[in-house]
Amino acid sequence: MFEVLKKEMIVPNMHMITVLAEEIAEKIEPGHFIIVRSHSDSERIPLSVSGWDRKRGELSFIFMEVGASTGRLARMRVGDKINNIAGPLGRKTEIEEYGTVVCIGGCFGIGSILPVVKGLKKKNNKVVTIIEARSKNLLYWEDELARNSDKFFSITRDGSFGYKGHISRAGELLKEKGIVPDRIIANGCTFMIYKVSKDLAFFNVPTIVSLNTIMIDGTGMCGVCRVTVDGNMKFACVDGPDFDGRFVDWEELSKRRKQYIDEEAFLVHNSGCGGR
Amino acid sequence: MEKKKKIIDLERRDMPKQSPEIRRSNFIEVAFGYSEELAVAEAKRCLQCKKPFCMDGCPVEISIPAFIKSIADRNFEESIKILKNKNCLPAVCGRVCPQEEQCEIRCVLEKKGAPVAIGRLERFAADWEARQSGESELPEIKPSTGKRVGIIGSGPAGVTVAGDLILEGHEITIYEALHEAGGVLTYGIPEFRLPKAIVRREIEYLKKLGVQIKLDYIVGKTKTIDELLKEYDALFVGSGAGLPWFLNIPGENLNGVYSANEYLTRMNLMKGFDFPDSTTPIKKHDRVAVFGGGNVAMDCARTAARLGADEVYIVYRRSRNELPARLEEVENAEEEGIIFKLLTLPVKLNGNDDGWIKEIECLQMRLGEPDESGRRRPVPIEGSEFVLPVDACIVAIGNSPNPIIAETTPDLKISKRGTIEVEEETGKTSKDRVWAGGDIVTGAATVILAMGAGRVAARSIHEVLSG
Repeated sequence: MFEVLKKEMIVPNMHMITVLAEEIAEKIEPGHFIIVRSHSDSERIPLSVSGWDRKRGELSFIFMEVGASTGRLARMRVGDKINNIAGPLGRKTEIEEYGTVVCIGGCFGIGSILPVVKGLKKKNNKVVTIIEARSKNLLYWEDELARNSDKFFSITRDGSFGYKGHISRAGELLKEKGIVPDRIIANGCTFMIYKVSKDLAFFNVPTIVSLNTIMIDGTGMCGVCRVTVDGNMKFACVDGPDFDGRFVDWEELSKRRKQYIDEEAFLVHNSGCGGR
Repeated sequence: MEKKKKIIDLERRDMPKQSPEIRRSNFIEVAFGYSEELAVAEAKRCLQCKKPFCMDGCPVEISIPAFIKSIADRNFEESIKILKNKNCLPAVCGRVCPQEEQCEIRCVLEKKGAPVAIGRLERFAADWEARQSGESELPEIKPSTGKRVGIIGSGPAGVTVAGDLILEGHEITIYEALHEAGGVLTYGIPEFRLPKAIVRREIEYLKKLGVQIKLDYIVGKTKTIDELLKEYDALFVGSGAGLPWFLNIPGENLNGVYSANEYLTRMNLMKGFDFPDSTTPIKKHDRVAVFGGGNVAMDCARTAARLGADEVYIVYRRSRNELPARLEEVENAEEEGIIFKLLTLPVKLNGNDDGWIKEIECLQMRLGEPDESGRRRPVPIEGSEFVLPVDACIVAIGNSPNPIIAETTPDLKISKRGTIEVEEETGKTSKDRVWAGGDIVTGAATVILAMGAGRVAARSIHEVLSG
């Protein structure tokens, strides 16, 4: 059991939970994920980690409320106990001295990119951070990210904060500013990291994206997270979750992610308010 | 004294079972087990050989004639005591051990075609104990040695090591990666073959003996083997088979294509059959093909049938004689209407526009010359291509060992196949104070072989710790 120490909705529909998980906090590194099972009858859901404090044994993660399982997690309060958390899982994000690194975050990935940004700075990289959302009220941690980056930009689809447009705007923006990346790292929803992989391909540099596939155990056993990368079958949980987005079979990935969409909708629409 | 010649009873007692039509639509255990009368009658058939060959076939060295004699004498309490002396999981082993190739095949009555049903009697004794009210008597635990043993994996190998070493007075902690203990007994073997209540009871028994179990703990990640060695005097790695194999044919990433691990985990560990009361779904498909011919393949096929599939196929490239599954499981599957597409090789999976599987391209095979395994090699018949329409397929052709421990323990010797190398007589690995056993050493095998390996390692660990 893992005690909830902090819980807040940081932007509409997006929640951050901090738990006491000393042994995991001791080992976690940027890019790792954890498996969270909020109650004794819940699903096992893989989540990216957005921060930790090794001394205090604390671990924080940000997630969007999208269905029944994340809904129950979002309703947890300070002092509640999360039934199961396992981790750290997956391979950590490779962080070396690359030169100029463009870090891109969207959705929950604005949170999980922060430890990556900090790690890259420690290795003396020039870090350019770009975050994106539909509108200003869905952005968070701008100050913290800006403080830890050499350059910081934000893109909103309605232009309410920073540059106007979709993440596709990032390519022009970098060109305008004369920024030539040696590496690109993106965290966020599947559509965003797919767009980054396609739209920034002209830079011809490693474009590392953290995939969010369906998972059950998260340790390599079930294989439901398999993806095709450069023509080879890979398991996102043990071979990833980071892969070079230029070589990912995105069409297959997006179809595989939709396998249980009917069941997920069923749970949301029949969640005990008398509908069932 | 006149010696009376014993009359040999050659009627091997059957276990009452649910009829195929009924059981195909429920998840309740198929066989009901012996009644007391049936058990006593079957036990009386045992000739109580002076030299019991049956025992040579038991990986955990159960005193087989002795426990059977107690049943014949209606001293059921004594019979379970004798079993538990050597086997901490009698209710499990009585159900899933391949007795027909271990103990029963060596029974003198085997030659007459009616070996004593040792497995069914073991199951009877364990189930009898479970039905008794009140606490069962715990075996004597030796005074504490102050030595600590860490066990990685709570499957059959790990729990055997735990059960053996706790009795010797060592302090035992088991680390389990999943949220429930039991390993393959919990996530893999279906309810209708091994009810989960039984697994939970056996795990509770270990806890009563004082074994600590830490769940959600991924050794190699949460802590490495080297870090654990600082806390423990000895470690046993029984982390099991891990990554599922696929056939390496086009189309295996289509939706509706599962590994056996995924399908069974959704069903058993995550209780998918209970959706939406449980929150991890498992889909009902109409036409399901299972690739492979082992026990796991039978489990998947029979699960699919119970979930309501109209047609379920076992697709296997050799003939019925070569099926690696237990005969009993093959017969159960046949009775339940599973269709065996034998001498059939899947070569390509085709999908629809939404990315869901719709058909399998297959080749008909014939048996040619024997291969390295001694089995006749299947060879394709020219021009025999055909298409099997399905809406799901399950790949049940085995697993490779999980790489997490190997990757994070640099000085642990690993074979080319990815298994941990050990000294056969002791289970010792190349690393000091680390033992290993079960599927992580042998590749995917059986529950009882893993338990046998656990027993060997436990003996060696105890010797070293008390030396």
